Amino acid sequence: MAVLPIKFTKTKRDRLAQVLWVLNWISVVTGIILFILGIFLKVEINKRQDLMAERQLQSVPNMLIAVGLIACMINFLGGKICYDCVDTNKFLRWKLVMLPYIICTFFFTLSVLVGALMCYSMHGQLEEALTVGLRDAMRYYKDTDTPGRCFLKRTVDLLQIQFQCCGNKGYRDWFQIQWVSNRYLDMSQREVVDRLRSNVEGKYLMDGVPFSCCNVNSPRPCIQYQITNNSAHFNYDYQTEELNLWMRGCHQALLDYYTNIMHSIGLTVLIIWLFELSVLTGVRYLQTSLENVLRQGDPECESDGWLLENSFVETARSNFNIIKHLGKFNQISSNGDPNIDKPSTAHYGPDNVPLKPLPTAS
Amino acid sequence: MVVGKMKFTFQKRVKLAQGLWLLSWLATLGGAVTFTLGCFLKTELRRRGEVMDNTDIHCVPNTLMIVGLASMGINYFASRICQDALDPGRFPRWKTFLKPYFGCSVFFTTLMLISVILSYAMKGSLETSLKIGLKNGIRFYKDTDTPGRCFQKQTIDHLQMEFQCCGNNDYKDWFEVQWISNRYLDFSSKEVKDCIKSNVDGRYLVDGVPFSCCNPSSPRPCIQYKITNNTAHYNYDHQTEELNIFIRGCREALVNYYMGLMNTIGAVVLSVFLLQSSVLASVRLLQTSMEAVAGQENVEIETEGYLLEKGVKETFMEYVDPVLKLLLLNQVTPPEAKPEAGATGTTTTTS
Repeated sequence: MAVLPIKFTKTKRDRLAQVLWVLNWISVVTGIILFILGIFLKVEINKRQDLMAERQLQSVPNMLIAVGLIACMINFLGGKICYDCVDTNKFLRWKLVMLPYIICTFFFTLSVLVGALMCYSMHGQLEEALTVGLRDAMRYYKDTDTPGRCFLKRTVDLLQIQFQCCGNKGYRDWFQIQWVSNRYLDMSQREVVDRLRSNVEGKYLMDGVPFSCCNVNSPRPCIQYQITNNSAHFNYDYQTEELNLWMRGCHQALLDYYTNIMHSIGLTVLIIWLFELSVLTGVRYLQTSLENVLRQGDPECESDGWLLENSFVETARSNFNIIKHLGKFNQISSNGDPNIDKPSTAHYGPDNVPLKPLPTAS
Repeated sequence: MVVGKMKFTFQKRVKLAQGLWLLSWLATLGGAVTFTLGCFLKTELRRRGEVMDNTDIHCVPNTLMIVGLASMGINYFASRICQDALDPGRFPRWKTFLKPYFGCSVFFTTLMLISVILSYAMKGSLETSLKIGLKNGIRFYKDTDTPGRCFQKQTIDHLQMEFQCCGNNDYKDWFEVQWISNRYLDFSSKEVKDCIKSNVDGRYLVDGVPFSCCNPSSPRPCIQYKITNNTAHYNYDHQTEELNIFIRGCREALVNYYMGLMNTIGAVVLSVFLLQSSVLASVRLLQTSMEAVAGQENVEIETEGYLLEKGVKETFMEYVDPVLKLLLLNQVTPPEAKPEAGATGTTTTTS
């Protein structure tokens, strides 16, 4: 009993082939879109590579790029096939290729779905990468003379200016690390020496933040040093002051930014997946209806198209049997060959020559 | 004295018409590009409109937009004309249309050239406008509580960070202006009182700049206060220090930015102008060569085409006279001069 059979007249078949030809070309365009989305995501992740610790983040954009390219090629081929399917003679060329093509495309659409789901699952890895990456970037902020870390100061400053954020979880993160290099500290001054001594690890910690934390919307000039000291500044209360520095942490800002991108890309990929699936269904119907036309012999007749010839269970069982027998291909089966394991009754050779009476000369 | 005379065989006419059709569609695209560039330039100028004193510079994008739209119309008609040109039956209906069409086209094409020249010539006006605008912006930086000026601080801060510049001519402009509001000055403190007393106008001037002047590429944390005081900071010499704050002035940065933009746009519009002129010349040649064919039995004869029938000056007067006549009609003519004006009017229309 066929799964979802539909009757196709000749005109319906031709119409289906033409529509599928157009849809396949649209799918090539969506494949290019997937490719571009993959490249965009790769570029965005690489831009902030300094701030992300090493995690498997490149797998998602690489997957999207690969899927996009394969989609272009598969749908290009599909378009060619559907274009030829209008004419029954040309269909004969593609007859043997179509079923493998449909199976390949089915598995390919599964990988598109996997790509879409990966976009949503990247969240956890991203969070971890950002936590560690930002923490390290802030720690090496002062090391502008160490090769390999000399651009971290600039990166962090530009990040805080662009994303309007300060520190990892908040501005207080800057109070816990030394972000002023020893090169610019006057060790002969008493207060510097006192501060260094008062800290267990000998770090110069202060309640100040870099200038990039300053909020542009503040009505007063930025207060970036002695932030928690109300008496150091006129008419200032750090607990109620919200506009002086950026309140948001950069971890949250970056996470929100990338989550938005990932969700948009994931949604687009899901829509493309649904589209590909519908095109695949159309191609399957076209293939089965054309094969039935060939079976019946008359190119103008009405034929049935279906998704599967038998029900799911029977198709699965028959496919499973085929795979099982594939494994036994090299073995010679005892049921098949009548000559195996039977004692040979044919006697040849000098031992067993039967005694034949010699012809007597008469 | 005919200008630009050329002989056209039938084949040449056909080729001219085909080439012209393609060229006119390219020129329509060029017109659309000009319009888009005009819109883009206007948007960019408006984005920084708060630091510009006047809007004189806006004449450049306005002209570009007008010329772009006109060019699209001109080239659309050019394509229609050349489609009908080779058909002797349909061509005569364009006859009355052609003279005003050429007049308008030449006018708008010249306007296109003028807009390119303007985009280079308006540099001085832009610079003056920015000078005054930035001076005011810096002066009102501290007035975040005055309605109408409360966003100056934000504008200037954003500007300095985006264009990587500080002050009007350079960072020293901030030393001459009180950019810290009195609301945040502790008047009971001795040093504040001393500072204000030492200044003639009673302003609180510091040798410091706002945080937006800080250069993120500097290897050391930003020094924004006591900039000229070497002893206030360890291992610091303000005369050799280049990376601490932005050295460039915002006026120079903005002028460079806008002139770069206008140079690129000028180059593109110049090429569109050349395309447009060639389209117009081709339409004229096609029209004049087809006019010679009209009335002949054999359409495939060789004809002559020309750009101008008379000399340049005479043709110019021919076009300008109707416009002048229109203007003269508004004036009250004295009664004895009326018949003469009427006679000259009729002679000019018949020539």
